[in-house]
Amino acid sequence: MALQDKYAELLQTATNMGVANLASTEQAGVLHVSGTAKSTADYDALWALYAKIDPNMSSGDLMMNIDVKAEAGARLKVTTDSTNLNIRSTPSTEGEIVGKAAHDEIVTLVEKTDDSWWKIKTKDGEEGYAYAQYLSPEA
Amino acid sequence: MKLTKLLLAVLVSATLLFVGCKPKDADIKANVEKALAADPMMTGTTVDVKDGVVTLNGECKDDACKMHCEEVAKGVKGVKSVLNNCTVAAPPPPPPPPPASLTTVLDGPTQQKVKDGLKDIPGVTVEFVGNKAIIKGQVTAANRLKIMQMLASAKVLSDVSGLTDKK
Repeated sequence: MALQDKYAELLQTATNMGVANLASTEQAGVLHVSGTAKSTADYDALWALYAKIDPNMSSGDLMMNIDVKAEAGARLKVTTDSTNLNIRSTPSTEGEIVGKAAHDEIVTLVEKTDDSWWKIKTKDGEEGYAYAQYLSPEA
Repeated sequence: MKLTKLLLAVLVSATLLFVGCKPKDADIKANVEKALAADPMMTGTTVDVKDGVVTLNGECKDDACKMHCEEVAKGVKGVKSVLNNCTVAAPPPPPPPPPASLTTVLDGPTQQKVKDGLKDIPGVTVEFVGNKAIIKGQVTAANRLKIMQMLASAKVLSDVSGLTDKK
């Protein structure tokens, strides 16, 4: 359980934050952690802690599969660097672009299609799939 | 007259016989305890008997156990009724579920997700070897974080030792 020790602070912090369904198991040299954080702030804090414990996150020994609580209808902020976020007809970059959401725009979650693609709706009524990485649930 | 006497004698002896046959509370208690002890389901059940009424106390692991406990006591000779005061233990907490990320796959669609995720991050290349995504290139700290978060949400194991910091 060496990895549980290495990331003990992270696991303890996640517990204290009330991360839902928090689970962790070590398998083949990788610590798998999953759960649902209450807010984007908690999520960011956990990732910052990961980077602190494992500089550059380069050991490849932690699979931190933590997501942020967001239900259909939740407000999501577009967190691209500065560009527009493409909204596509299918959950893939192969999908045709059916709309765009601006940087920092607030969109509505329709469904979490999978871990990488979420179906969203903009205030103009454009609906489609966007890359979840660039969407942060608003408190 | 003779008949009355005879009847009385029969009645008296019958009463004596019944009273004599009636198991004493202490015996009933011993027998109930013995019956319960013979049953592996029971642990820590206490038995009290008063005038043939058995009172059971203790903790049973579930409702079935509690019912069973009562049935066993009722089956003991001399028991008139059973007052079942056993409590049922709270069920043990279910074992924590395994982390959702434990199963990592690197099939076509997953590889595509990784590629999609890296699309907007300049200066990195990805190669899929075995069950890992090997990512190389020069990145800013912010983009490194994005890559790691993207890999985690796609549940992909990775080797980012070839990822260097952009000054």
